[in-house]
Amino acid sequence: MAKILTALPQAIRALVCACLTLVPHALPATAQGFAGMGSDADGFQLPAPGRAFSFPQDHGAHPGFRIEWWYVTANLEDAESRAFGAQWTLFRASLSPDPGEGWTSSQIWFAHAGLTDASRHFTAQRFARGGIGQAGVMAQPFHAWINDWAMIGRDNSAEALDNLQIQARGADFAYDLALAAEGPLVTHGEGGYSVKSPRGQASYYYSQPHYHVTGMLDLPEGPVAVTGTAWLDREWSSQPLAPSQTGWDWFSLHLEDDTKLMVYRLRDAEAADFVPGTHILPDGTAQHIPDGAITLTPEGTAQVAGREIPVRWRIQWPDKGYDLHTAPLNPQSWMDTNVPYWEGPVTVQGSHSGKGYLEMTGYE
Amino acid sequence: MTGGRAGLLALLSHWRRHPGQALTLLLGLALATALWTGVQAINAEARASYDRAASMLDQQGRPVWTRSDGAPVRLDTYVTLRKAGYPLAPVIEGTTRIGGQTVTLLGLDPLSAPILPEADAQNTDGTDGLAAFIGPPGQFFGAPETLARLDQTVAQALVPASDLAPGLLVGDIGTVSRLLDQPDTLSRMIEVTALPAHLPPLTDLAPQLTRSQPDRRAEIAGLTGAFHLNLTAFGFLSFTVGLFIAHGAVGLAFEQRRAMMRTLRALGLPARTLIALMAAELVLFALVAGTLGVLLGYLIAAALLPDVAATLRGLYGAPATGTLSLRPGWIGAGFAMAGLGTTIAAAQSLTRLLRLPILASAQPRAWRLASTRNLRRQAGAAIGLIALSGTLAWLGDGLATGFVLLGALLLGAALLLPPLLAAALARAVKAARRPLPQWFWADSRQQLPGLSLALMALLLALAANIGVSTMVGSFRLAFTDWLDQRLVAEVYVDTGTPEMAMRLRPVLDSAAREVLPRVFHDTRINNHPGAVQALSPAASWRQTWPLLDATPDAWEGLAAGTGAFINEQLHYRQTLALGDEVRIDDTAYTVLGIYPDYGNPSAEALIGLKAFQQQFPEVPIIRFALRMPPGDVAAFSARLRSEYGLPAAQIIDQSALKASGHAVFERTFAITRALNLLTLGVAALAMLTSLLTLSTQRLPQVAPVWALGLQRRHIGALELLRSALLAAMTAVLAIPVGLCLAWVLLAVVNVGAFGWRLPMTVFPGDWIRLTALAILAALAAAALPARKLASQPPVVLMKGFFSDR
Repeated sequence: MAKILTALPQAIRALVCACLTLVPHALPATAQGFAGMGSDADGFQLPAPGRAFSFPQDHGAHPGFRIEWWYVTANLEDAESRAFGAQWTLFRASLSPDPGEGWTSSQIWFAHAGLTDASRHFTAQRFARGGIGQAGVMAQPFHAWINDWAMIGRDNSAEALDNLQIQARGADFAYDLALAAEGPLVTHGEGGYSVKSPRGQASYYYSQPHYHVTGMLDLPEGPVAVTGTAWLDREWSSQPLAPSQTGWDWFSLHLEDDTKLMVYRLRDAEAADFVPGTHILPDGTAQHIPDGAITLTPEGTAQVAGREIPVRWRIQWPDKGYDLHTAPLNPQSWMDTNVPYWEGPVTVQGSHSGKGYLEMTGYE
Repeated sequence: MTGGRAGLLALLSHWRRHPGQALTLLLGLALATALWTGVQAINAEARASYDRAASMLDQQGRPVWTRSDGAPVRLDTYVTLRKAGYPLAPVIEGTTRIGGQTVTLLGLDPLSAPILPEADAQNTDGTDGLAAFIGPPGQFFGAPETLARLDQTVAQALVPASDLAPGLLVGDIGTVSRLLDQPDTLSRMIEVTALPAHLPPLTDLAPQLTRSQPDRRAEIAGLTGAFHLNLTAFGFLSFTVGLFIAHGAVGLAFEQRRAMMRTLRALGLPARTLIALMAAELVLFALVAGTLGVLLGYLIAAALLPDVAATLRGLYGAPATGTLSLRPGWIGAGFAMAGLGTTIAAAQSLTRLLRLPILASAQPRAWRLASTRNLRRQAGAAIGLIALSGTLAWLGDGLATGFVLLGALLLGAALLLPPLLAAALARAVKAARRPLPQWFWADSRQQLPGLSLALMALLLALAANIGVSTMVGSFRLAFTDWLDQRLVAEVYVDTGTPEMAMRLRPVLDSAAREVLPRVFHDTRINNHPGAVQALSPAASWRQTWPLLDATPDAWEGLAAGTGAFINEQLHYRQTLALGDEVRIDDTAYTVLGIYPDYGNPSAEALIGLKAFQQQFPEVPIIRFALRMPPGDVAAFSARLRSEYGLPAAQIIDQSALKASGHAVFERTFAITRALNLLTLGVAALAMLTSLLTLSTQRLPQVAPVWALGLQRRHIGALELLRSALLAAMTAVLAIPVGLCLAWVLLAVVNVGAFGWRLPMTVFPGDWIRLTALAILAALAAAALPARKLASQPPVVLMKGFFSDR
């Protein structure tokens, strides 16, 4: 049995990888798309600048694009101020631009859940076939699900993502969190058109960073009531990163001055790293931070799953006087999924203090 | 240890002087090991391959979820269960025609983590596995021979996977659901991991589902077990034949080295050291012979395996591959058997060596003299063993008894052969009137001790031959008859659901001459797990349903609902006889008939259709056997498919199935014939080596006859005649032994192992052929020694008189 058995997880891994790094290894190589072109050589749609989001439809799936995700990270605390982090991510991948139906649907779905405290990090994943109802996303009322995991719009709010319930369960943990938005949706890049490389690769990218969270964690020792903040990312695209882009380091930070900062570094083996970001003001307005304004510098590493991972970072944005130092809640926040990566809550010190999430991919 | 070293060299020098004897010993051991190893290798390979394939089919014994009414599982049920957290994987299975061939398609969803087939070639670009598997166009994994038969019209990429059963293609569930036109139903679901604790209860979600451990593997194991057991029995017999040769060679070498051993002992070599040296020598032989034997065994297995694999596939549907790989199991077993064989062959000689008096003179003729005394003892032992086997056959049953019985019978028969032959020859001497016949018989008797081991080997080979041929032949007749009787209907239709059954019933009624409902239900029989099926007492069944035993009014009782038929397994397992009461669930029935149910591992009973519907009203009848002109079958199934959307997998045409069943036995016979010929060849070799050895010692006996005027050519012809006569006598004795052997295999071992007994059929034509073959083998074996005697220069014969012997 072993041969294809090992080959298939590899393939799934490649698809996960495709979602995480926008490099669909699993799929035939594509012609490099450029802005303005409607579809790539394989018939998938490509992001184009100047397209306005249309909600609630855009909360749902975009099967004409290769890859898409619904990504929630939450910084939580129990009554004794013990810190926790929770992650819930649903990925969609399209094997062909022809959507198909039933079993012949070209859509496949997978999901990751993580739950972190200072000493433990729990991980679980789910896989599902598209087309038969085992997984999917409905825009209004909002409902994203895969097997027994779900992210459900709790009421028919004007904005479908305003009130969400998210549930996930692994072999040794579970959580059930209620998210209530306290601010508007935020777009990244140019009105949601987020360029990923100077060579033109891009995605559609918006967020809901303003959630207040209440909920229950189910831990091996028993249930724990928690409250906190959460951040939801929505992104879809069809284009690979540039071949030399090997991974990324991504921050979403809630700072104590009520501003929020999203910044990531796309590491490039052959060129300078690409570091764009978004600054979100207390009133919810978002400002695109172009590449080059912020510097991300690793400050300390940890041995994680047999590799050296930069878990402490310095974030410098001299234009606005930001000089931040991040530290992980748990340096071993390793997502031991088919494609492994680091994702966990961080605390922020320095010119501003706060907390947030750090995701690091591509550390093979 | 210089004494030891010198001793060993002295002992080994014997083989240098008698290379023929060394060759005999090596060949005997090697052939014994080879036949055993070959059979083991075949068995190991076949088992491993259908273990692999079975683990794919039944997903390594994971529990299977199906609907309790036998209908396909609805896709939305699957989705509901997955959304509730049940770790299930969907399966769609069905038969259809693609690429110009009828194939079984197995559709799996790689994302629900089932076990997927193994491709023969490692996909170097493993990253495209999932996308390529799902497609479009998708992939089909299949055995290379299955893929080779498909024509170019298959859109999917074909991936060779030798582990898969012939005629089976495994692909993505999307591909298979489209080809079988089953978008909304599943054949079954597999529980891929243990169920988590928190799941909502199944009764709320899908109360119509049942969860069962797959029994497919058990069925295959039960069926193929019979075949493997028979092969193993054959291997064991062959081993015994080889052992006789080795025993003969070791014994002879010991006799011829008596003088040397006495000298060594007289020179001060302790008896212990001498025995240790002999043992070392034997270990050496065992190692060399073991290596040779394992190699030969590999060749035998490699030659026979494709046929065995084909047989297993065709006969039992057990997927077996035709390629052989080295497995430590049978290689180890081969060496162990070589060692064991050497030990057994040498045990007698070594114990004699221990008792060897230093000053006893060399007695070249002591062998023959002792053997007349031995003959009586041997006859006594033989009769004891045969009596034991008779008692066991009378009293005992069960597998272990069966094997002890086999051993006692064969050993007894072999030991009895020399005394019987000696008695027959003694009678012939007395009956002979003229001097030449008198000399001929007396001389034959004189040679008997030297030949008896070879003749015993021949007896065993012939008996094994007759026994196994009879068994396979009986098996074939019983099985094909049974197939003909049980598969009486031309078409079997599974309507899938009670609704479909209601809808189709008028169609079936109008198209078929007779519609016979078929329904099975798992229940308890006399408080043990079992199955019950309903049989309408229609004419078709009455005329053909095979019954081993029945009361005169059996069918009337079945129709009236008062009686039941039970299968043979239930009959043996619960010692139920005709007229006994059998409780099916909570209702009592009288046993009116016992029917053969080959290959079914479980207890089963059969009641009338009316009684069944009264007792189990909740079980819907959705399967039907249809009698119709065979010519109408194709058009009728096409109509069911196109007009009523019945999947091809649910319409089974039996004629094709039967034809393949019949073809399979021809291959089984091919294997049996090959093994028979090999065993006979070994026996012939034993005769050849014995005769060669004797021919060198026979000068003192032949020289006087020559001196009295008998021509050398004539002497040679007499040698040939003697061999043929001895072989013929042995063959005649082998027939009853072989028949007993077949009887034990069919009536004791098979029942003990599998719970069913095969009726024995004898094939006298085979016996004549075998006797002729045995005589031919003996003539071939005697040809060289006879030629040697016939062309002996007169001066050598003259020397016979000068020799002090």
